[in-house]
Amino acid sequence: MSGRVLVGVKRVIDYAVKIRVKPDNSGVVTDGVKHSMNPFCEIAVEEAVKLKEKKLIKEVVAVSCGPQQSQETIRTALAMGADRGIHVEVSGKDYEALGPLQVSKILAALAKKEEAQLVILGKQAIDDDCNQTGQMTAALLDWPQGTFASEVSLEGDKVKVVREIDGGLETIKINTPAVLTADLRLNTPRYATLPNIMKAKKKKVVNMKPADLGVDVATRLEVLRVDEPPQRQAGVKVETVEDLVGKLKETGRI
Amino acid sequence: MARLFRSTQQFGNVLGRCRTHACAATPRRSPVEHWWLFGLCSHKLHTVADGPKSCPAAAPGRLPFSTVTPDDLDFFRKILPGRTITDPDLLQSSNVDWLKTVKGSSEVLLRPRTTEDVSQILRYCNRRNLAVNPQGGNTGLVGGSVPVYDEIIVSTALMNNILSFDSVSGILTCQAGCVLENLTLYLEERDYIMPLDLGAKGSCQIGGNVSTNAGGLRLLRYGSLHGTVLGLEVVLADGRVLDCLSTLRKDNTGYDLKQLFIGSEGTLGVITAVSILCPRKPKSVNVVFLGCETFEQLLQTFQLCRGMLGEILSAFEFLDSECMRLLNTHLKLPNPISDCHFYIVIETSGSDPRHDGEKLHNFLEEAMTSSLVNDGTVATEESKAKTLWSMRERVTEALTHDGYTYKYDISLPVDRIYQLVTDMREHLGDKAKSVVGYGHVGDGNLHLNITSPTKDPEVLAAIEPFVYEWTASCQGSISAEHGLGLKKRNYIYYSKPRQAVALMSDIKAMLDPKGILNPYKTLPDNLK
Repeated sequence: MSGRVLVGVKRVIDYAVKIRVKPDNSGVVTDGVKHSMNPFCEIAVEEAVKLKEKKLIKEVVAVSCGPQQSQETIRTALAMGADRGIHVEVSGKDYEALGPLQVSKILAALAKKEEAQLVILGKQAIDDDCNQTGQMTAALLDWPQGTFASEVSLEGDKVKVVREIDGGLETIKINTPAVLTADLRLNTPRYATLPNIMKAKKKKVVNMKPADLGVDVATRLEVLRVDEPPQRQAGVKVETVEDLVGKLKETGRI
Repeated sequence: MARLFRSTQQFGNVLGRCRTHACAATPRRSPVEHWWLFGLCSHKLHTVADGPKSCPAAAPGRLPFSTVTPDDLDFFRKILPGRTITDPDLLQSSNVDWLKTVKGSSEVLLRPRTTEDVSQILRYCNRRNLAVNPQGGNTGLVGGSVPVYDEIIVSTALMNNILSFDSVSGILTCQAGCVLENLTLYLEERDYIMPLDLGAKGSCQIGGNVSTNAGGLRLLRYGSLHGTVLGLEVVLADGRVLDCLSTLRKDNTGYDLKQLFIGSEGTLGVITAVSILCPRKPKSVNVVFLGCETFEQLLQTFQLCRGMLGEILSAFEFLDSECMRLLNTHLKLPNPISDCHFYIVIETSGSDPRHDGEKLHNFLEEAMTSSLVNDGTVATEESKAKTLWSMRERVTEALTHDGYTYKYDISLPVDRIYQLVTDMREHLGDKAKSVVGYGHVGDGNLHLNITSPTKDPEVLAAIEPFVYEWTASCQGSISAEHGLGLKKRNYIYYSKPRQAVALMSDIKAMLDPKGILNPYKTLPDNLK
């Protein structure tokens, strides 16, 4: 086995930022808005780095698909302990239309090219909440998948994955190479320490285009409209129980 | 219940008159008026059981104000219908301070909505000689925000309207009861921020901040409220409304009266509205958490920081390893970096992420290669920045879980700041549970905190007046930003000469002849 792990990291709007819809309802405002690494991708990077520290794998490669700024996200992964990065440049209209299908095609191509033993991704991105990329990547590669992982252990050429499912926890054992997607409780991502941040500046980040991997990023989906959720109505305070009953009757609730 | 307190007060009055009395511990000479003997003392108010011992922080006897009658309540209920509270359960939280160390016995809580309400309340109370305790968010740390006896609590909680905001000049005008965090959220939507920020932002009100001249985490960058407050509307003790609510950046016409009220802790007037100059919201904020081995290295890092980060530096705070231990133990907050003796939180705020990022990168590289700093981490994302800030902001909270806290807020020459902590540790030995130091090292402001499992007069006797004498010996301030309130009023002479205090007393007598505004606070007892 190559001992190489591919980790996908996505640049998304920081979760603490208040989202605003563009006036033309074509999407959300991203210009000048704080972006950061998708929290689930951070967990994925942390897991990969942990495996390397345990000497179960040899190299962690961070991949991001997006515009120039995606390089910052890759740098963060490098500061956390990834060894090198790959930036698949997609910008402008192509980037706006980039979705799980195209990204999984890119990741599948890279997984083959890099002869990855594992592909670890976040379970979903906090901007689109799709939860599709991991599954699609596994399908395109015809590899087994361990999704919603809350615990991962390598056992020879197999992986034991504890998955968080609706009914509780499910433990499966799958062959490698495999695709795993990280859930919240898998680990707590480390802070990138200064020495590592400094080291990360010297690590290699390779730049390429989707075409270099033979992938066509044309989309078959068209976003018609983006709207804010309906505004929450203010509550009404009443003085007495009689008033409360009166108001409930008024609004037809009772 | 009320009757019990009243008889205790009368007893306390009698005791209060016996000034000189023998004490178990050795009496010591001090710059304070001579009849205060230091020794065993209890922080408990109105305790008769402890006998004739007295201590500068404890409350004096009740002054001869009137007591609230049913006629008074009728009047209040007429002008503030539904906002005159006499229910003891509802009064409970307003009678006790945030630290739960001081408890009053007020029976009336008033909630005015307008300046006119406040004016009517004070005019009436002045005429009737009823004492008043103005109360904002009740987050003060020196017992200044709660009644000592049965003072009527006048709360600004319902005076929370924003009156105007000029987005060109950045001048915000609002009522005194606006919660600081709400003001910041309002301003952030308009691309501005408040010029001050403190851990209590979720509860403290701007009127209270101004009355105590609150400092906080951004003072290093934006200066004190004495500079950023442009105007005030204050109701004086006799109900007159003083309208100095200017929104002008520059106005040199006569004496600048508002400066008197800023930091007066509610003893010269009740602030009802504030106009304040707000800075633009920075486009790029970075938070750095660093670890140093020695305090000297910390100070050198500060020098380096000032030099290399210069105009983008917006905060420089420190905490020691003991603070980190408390955060780990009581709040389960993990250390973001490896264990070091001292930790620094640095914040930069600027208008260009690229420019700031470069400056920060150069500074960090220099700090690491010159071995001033052992370890560190950087946060550029808002969520991570908040987590790093909480390591500094939540120390106060962690301390409350460690036991009874003795809090000291001292201004010292920057290079001597940590010496006080080391000396205090040595001086107390095993008596105390934890001795921690943290604070706004960039402003020369140390927060020295000591804990013991329960309130312990022995520990207190060991700490005071040692800490005040140590501070006075460096010409420091015994209360950098917390104010004097109830607890520190009698220590004022450690940091101010008698002449100055005498003049303060004259001003108080002129503005509040009957002394009804927040009595027993700020100025020392027995001035006249």
